Amino acid sequence: MLRSPRTLLSVTSAALLVAGLTACGGTTKDSNTNSGSGTQASAAADPNAAIKEGLKIAFLPKQLNNPYSDVETGGGKVAVDELKGEYKLVGPNDASASSQVSYINTLIQQQQDVIVVAANDPNAVCPSLNQARAAKIKVITFDSDASKDCRDAFINQATTQGIGESLAKMALEQAGADGGEIAVLSATPNATNQNSWIEVMKEELKKPDYAKLKLVKVAYGNDDDQKSFQEAQGLLQSYPNLKVIVAPTTVGIAAGARYISSSSYKGKVAVTGLGLPNQMREYVKDGTVTKFALWNPADIGYLAAFAGAAMASGQITGAEGEKFKAGKLGEYTIGKDGEIVLGPPTEFTKDNIDQFNF
Amino acid sequence: MSEARKRLTSWDSIILVLTVLVLIIASLSVDNFGTSRNFTFMVLDLLPIILIALPMTMIIVTGEIDLSVASTLGLTSSMMGWLWNQGLSIETIIPLCVVIGAICGVVNGFLITGLGLPSLAVTIGTLALYRGLAFVVLGDGAVADFPWNYTGWVTGTIGGGAVPNVLILIVVLALLFGIVQHATPFGRSLYAIGANAQAAHFSGIRVARTKFWLYVVSGAVAGLVGVLWTLRYSSARADNGSGLELAVVAAVLLGGVSIFGGKGSLPGVLAGVVLLTALQNALRLEDVSGQALNIVTGSLLVLSVLLPNITTAVRGNYQRRRLRQAASR
Repeated sequence: MLRSPRTLLSVTSAALLVAGLTACGGTTKDSNTNSGSGTQASAAADPNAAIKEGLKIAFLPKQLNNPYSDVETGGGKVAVDELKGEYKLVGPNDASASSQVSYINTLIQQQQDVIVVAANDPNAVCPSLNQARAAKIKVITFDSDASKDCRDAFINQATTQGIGESLAKMALEQAGADGGEIAVLSATPNATNQNSWIEVMKEELKKPDYAKLKLVKVAYGNDDDQKSFQEAQGLLQSYPNLKVIVAPTTVGIAAGARYISSSSYKGKVAVTGLGLPNQMREYVKDGTVTKFALWNPADIGYLAAFAGAAMASGQITGAEGEKFKAGKLGEYTIGKDGEIVLGPPTEFTKDNIDQFNF
Repeated sequence: MSEARKRLTSWDSIILVLTVLVLIIASLSVDNFGTSRNFTFMVLDLLPIILIALPMTMIIVTGEIDLSVASTLGLTSSMMGWLWNQGLSIETIIPLCVVIGAICGVVNGFLITGLGLPSLAVTIGTLALYRGLAFVVLGDGAVADFPWNYTGWVTGTIGGGAVPNVLILIVVLALLFGIVQHATPFGRSLYAIGANAQAAHFSGIRVARTKFWLYVVSGAVAGLVGVLWTLRYSSARADNGSGLELAVVAAVLLGGVSIFGGKGSLPGVLAGVVLLTALQNALRLEDVSGQALNIVTGSLLVLSVLLPNITTAVRGNYQRRRLRQAASR
C-alpha cells in the first residue's frame, strides 16, 4: 500500500477540488432558511369539551429503569387511571440522542392519542415527533424539552428563576440572622441547568436582603458521590467559618450531608439545596439537614398526562393563556411557547418528609 | 452431497428463508407491521447497519475486523456540525465528511498493514481515539440547524409514497459491493486471503494493499453514514452511533460470514440485517421490553455462530458414511 501514496494524494486532492468548487453557491448556514417548521395547532380550543375516555397515553422517558423517571411516569400512570385512559410506558435502555426515535415511530404505528416524552436531544426526535403530530397524536414533553416547533406543550418542573430564588432563600434561613459564609457544591462545571440556577442565586445574593451572606466558593463534585464527599470536606478545611453548603444537585447534597453528619461540624454547618427525600431522610431525622427542596417528580408525570388528555379532547390547543384542570393539582394556564410550569419546588422538612417516597 | 443440496442447507440460504418467514409471520400477526409507513421506518432503521455492513463483510471475509466504524461515524458527525458552524456550504461538507471518514480508514489501514499490527487491537484503539476526537470537536453540544431540503430528503419517500429515498442509495451501494465481492477477481482474492493469507500472498495477491484499501473504503462508508445519520436526526453530536459497531458485526455474523475469514456471502448479510431489524420492529410493536429485545438478538447471534458449525459437523458425518458405504460395496 505504501507504493501508492500518489494515488491516495490524487484521490484526496480531487475530492478537495470538488469540495472547493461546490463551495461557491451552495447551501450554507447563513443562506439556510429553515422551512421545515412543524405543523401548528390550527383547530380552536373548546374549554367546555369533555375529557374523552379510553385515551391511549404513552410515556417515553429518557431511559427506562432510572429511579427518578420511574417516579415521574408512576405519577403519569395514576393520572391516566383517573382519566380512564390506557397507560403505556416504553423507552430505550440507553439515553443516547437517537435511541428514542424508533420508539416514537412504534407509537405512531400503534396510533396512540398522546405521547409524553422527555427528549434526549431536542432535535434528534423532531422529525418523528412531527410525523406523530401529522398523524393527529398530541405530543407533550416533560423533564427536557424538544425543540418547540415539534411538540404541543412542555411541562416544566420549575422555572430557572424559581429554583435560583428558592436556593438563595433557603441559604439565608439556614445561615440565621447573623448571616455568614456560604458555599455552593454543584455538579460539573458545564452542567447547563445547575449553572443557570447558580447564576440566578448570585443575582439574588446582590439584593439588600441577602447582604449578610457571603458566597465564598463554588465547588464541583461532578455528580460523583466520592468526589462530592471530598469536595465538602475540602470546603470546610479551606473555610472554617462556613455556615451553609448549598448543593443544587441530588448527588452533591446527599454526599455533603453524609460528610457533615459524620464530622464535628454536625449542628454547626447546615446543608441545603435540591435533594431526593429518600436519600435525605436519615440526615433530616438526625438533624444535619433542616430543610431542602425539590419538585415532586410524580406531579410532573401527573400534570403531563392531564395536559395531554385535555389536548386530545380538544379542551386546549397549546396556545398561550388557555386553561385546563389537572385533577388534584388544580387549574393550570399555558404560558409562552406552550410551557406549563408545575409550580414552586416543594420544601421538605422533618415534619413532612415522611409523606414522600421517591 | 449434491451441489444443489449443499447450497440449500448453507447458512445464508437458511437465514434468507428465516428472514422471509419472519416478514410473512409478522405481517400476518403483528398489527401495523405491514403498513407502508412502517416499511419506511424499518428502512431508516436498517440504513446505517446495512451500509457499514457492506465493507465490513469484505473485511471479515479477509479474516480481519474494523471496530472503529461507529466512532468514525461520530467523528464525521461532529466535524459536519463544526464545519456547518464555520459557514461552509452543505454541498462542500458532505464530500469532505466522506474524505474525513476515509482518512480515519487510512490510519487504520496503515497501522494494520504498514506496521503489521492486529486489526482487533488497532481498531479498538481507534474506536476510543476517534470518539475522543469527536468530543474534542463538538464537546457535549449539538448542531441542529441543517437545511430542511437535505434532512427532509433522508427521512422522506419517493413522491410521498411507500419507497424511502434512501432505499435507492442502499440498493445502488449493495449492488456495487455485491458485484465487486462476488463477480470480480478482487472479490475472489478476499476469500483467498481469508482462507490463508500466506498462500494468497505467494500466489501473487497483494494482501497488504488489498486490506489497506478495504479499511479506507470502510472509513469512507462510515463517513457517509455519519452524514446520513446527522441529517436523519438533524443533530450533529459526538455520541452519534455509539455502539453501532456491535450491531454491524452482529448482522454480518448472523448473515453467515465466518469470523475466522474465508466464508460468507453478501446476500446472507443483507438478509441478516433485515432479519434483525424486522424482528426488533415487530417485537417493539408488540410492546416487548428493551431488555427482552436484547435477549432475543443475543440468542440469535449465539445461534448464528453455533448452527453453521453444527451443520458442518452433520454434513461431515454424512459424507464419511457415504464414503464408507461406497468402500464396502
